Amino acid sequence: MHEMSIAESVLGIVEESARREGLARVREVRLEIGRLAAVETEALRFCFDAVVRGSVAEGAVLAIDETPGAAWCFGCSATVPIAMRGDFCPRCGGGQLQVTDGTGMRVKDLLGI
Amino acid sequence: MCTTCGCGTGELTIDGKAHEHGHEHGHGHGHSHGHSHGHGHGHGHDHDHGPAHSHAAGIPEARAVAIERDILAKNDQEANANRRDFSQRGIFALNLVSSPGSGKTTLLVETIRRLGADFPIAVIEGDQQTSRDAERIRATGAKAVQVNTGKGCHLDAHMVRHALEKLAPASDAVLMIENVGNLVCPAAFDLGEAHKVVVLSVTEGEDKPLKYPDMFAAADLMVLNKCDLLPHLAFDADLAEANARRVNPSISILRVSATTGAGFEAWLQWIRGGAREARRRRASRAKVTPCGGACACAEDAARA
Repeated sequence: MHEMSIAESVLGIVEESARREGLARVREVRLEIGRLAAVETEALRFCFDAVVRGSVAEGAVLAIDETPGAAWCFGCSATVPIAMRGDFCPRCGGGQLQVTDGTGMRVKDLLGI
Repeated sequence: MCTTCGCGTGELTIDGKAHEHGHEHGHGHGHSHGHSHGHGHGHGHDHDHGPAHSHAAGIPEARAVAIERDILAKNDQEANANRRDFSQRGIFALNLVSSPGSGKTTLLVETIRRLGADFPIAVIEGDQQTSRDAERIRATGAKAVQVNTGKGCHLDAHMVRHALEKLAPASDAVLMIENVGNLVCPAAFDLGEAHKVVVLSVTEGEDKPLKYPDMFAAADLMVLNKCDLLPHLAFDADLAEANARRVNPSISILRVSATTGAGFEAWLQWIRGGAREARRRRASRAKVTPCGGACACAEDAARA
């Protein structure tokens, strides 16, 4: 359940940003989470709702944009899309893939007043 | 739990002592209700703010603020601070990760027994509860600090930073950080280590690297432990290695037995190589920088 730590990190960034921007209340927080980032988004939503209670972001909507996974295939010498780690190359069927994209976790923006 | 640093007040302990550092990070509880006026961006959710919505002039509109920050930026900053400290002091730090029961502590005890004469060895033990592992390490004569994460499922860079204050490892030491037994969560948290080492034992399944790929992808070395039991098991070690390479083509793999010592020399050589390199870099920086390798300029010189 490292989603709890991740939710707390998100709240830390939101609180810091709200203070800096002089926001009294945060209505929506938008994240970008890679599909290979080892985050269960439903668990993250659950944890987010729990950790924002009593904070400037209480009741805020959590919007999550999922970004696709990609890997370098040593067989094809090309970047190919993958849905999860350990996938075979969708082009050549090879198993030598180095993940290159879809592992990031970012707070993109927020909406507040 | 502290929502700024996530350090689990009242749960996290370092050698049995509560971890506190005066939580003065104001949580800014500004509940100013009764000012919503449907900002209509189609989420199909209704915030009921109690009092009738007023649309009087002068009430501010909701505004968007661009943030663009990595969620784990704070952890990564502390991990980099740890890494800089290790580098400046010639410390070779390893983060040992695995599921519970893979034999990490036995591997450590045996490693200390065989390597302790060559290098100072210090250990940070991470577990949810008890100081049993730290006691096992201290019985070897090595320095050890136990971090109890309470309900936490992983160590983070902040916990390691505090543990280091107490542990005070010697310069040119080998630092072993035994993470909480968990093949999922510790993968996401950089502690500042030189390498993550994933320990897989042959009493588990060959498909563990496929089931928990993030950990095997994050590790630079896989130690296949308890290999003395292979004759008694249906475990296919070659298949386990192939599965690990499928999620991480560049992973190094060593087959060992911490109880019989089989394959142990290669593991010790791998550690010696890393430790000597860390020591060499510290020594060469000390020569070329005016500060003698004691501050951040040494790090910049090393990068240049």
